[in-house]
Amino acid sequence: MNTKTGEEWCAQLSGLAPDAALEELRSLLLHGLHFALARYNVTESDLEDFVQDGLVKILKELSSYRGDASFTTWAQKVCVRVALTELRRRRWRDVSLDDLVTNSEMSDFTPEVLTDRSADPGQSAAVQMMMATVQRIIAEELTERQRTAMMAVMQGGMAMQEVAERMGTNRNALYKLLHDGRQRLQKRMMQEGMTPQEMLSMFEQG
Amino acid sequence: MDIQSPIQQMVQMIVSTRSDEIGCDECFEQLDRFAELVLAGKNTAEALPLVLDHLNRCPDCREEFEALLVALQSTTFPPRPQYLPT
Repeated sequence: MNTKTGEEWCAQLSGLAPDAALEELRSLLLHGLHFALARYNVTESDLEDFVQDGLVKILKELSSYRGDASFTTWAQKVCVRVALTELRRRRWRDVSLDDLVTNSEMSDFTPEVLTDRSADPGQSAAVQMMMATVQRIIAEELTERQRTAMMAVMQGGMAMQEVAERMGTNRNALYKLLHDGRQRLQKRMMQEGMTPQEMLSMFEQG
Repeated sequence: MDIQSPIQQMVQMIVSTRSDEIGCDECFEQLDRFAELVLAGKNTAEALPLVLDHLNRCPDCREEFEALLVALQSTTFPPRPQYLPT
């Protein structure tokens, strides 16, 4: 049973004889990753590679461990990211942004309620008008980059890291780009008298 | 039926936008602490509201959080067969 403190882990891993601690950590990470990635199409060899790459990163970033959580949790976090980053790359390897961003201005977004025969036609008209306004606002308020990013992430379902790479940026910056876009849309909607409650209640079926 | 259409999800995301949202890097920094709070049954909406908010918006971070949670919970599972003594 692992009872090492974070300080002990760090000291042993960065010390002169790290092998025992490394092996203990490797075993722990492999066990965790086995269950964490159970629903993904990974081989035993993949898991071992992910753990190995994870260990390299952990050792490299040892000094950034701050003790906010236990060492093994922190290490597992690093390892999970390494694994999922690679799995996303594989998943989206052959998909370009063009494959996803097929129509401009999200013109294909059609609310379920519009195809539901039992929906109130009067309400559907109101929703249609709202959606037309949303589409207009998107076209007017967002930059080309923001529209592309939004389409790829929200409509295309592409991983943020993959969209970011194709757009020549990183995931953190992409999130902020999208956040800025959402803020612009939110502000514009309020200016056009579209309150959150009103907009969300339009989707509710009686 | 609670399944939201893509446009409904998008509208939800827009109207609930906060000015103080954190990015992926900041979320990742706190993800281990957040996961431990979840496992301990603590109120994460009170403890780390911005992390919780980010995880509700960012699919990549959400995926990493869920995988981390499973990995951490698995420490209570028995070792896999090849690790049992022969």
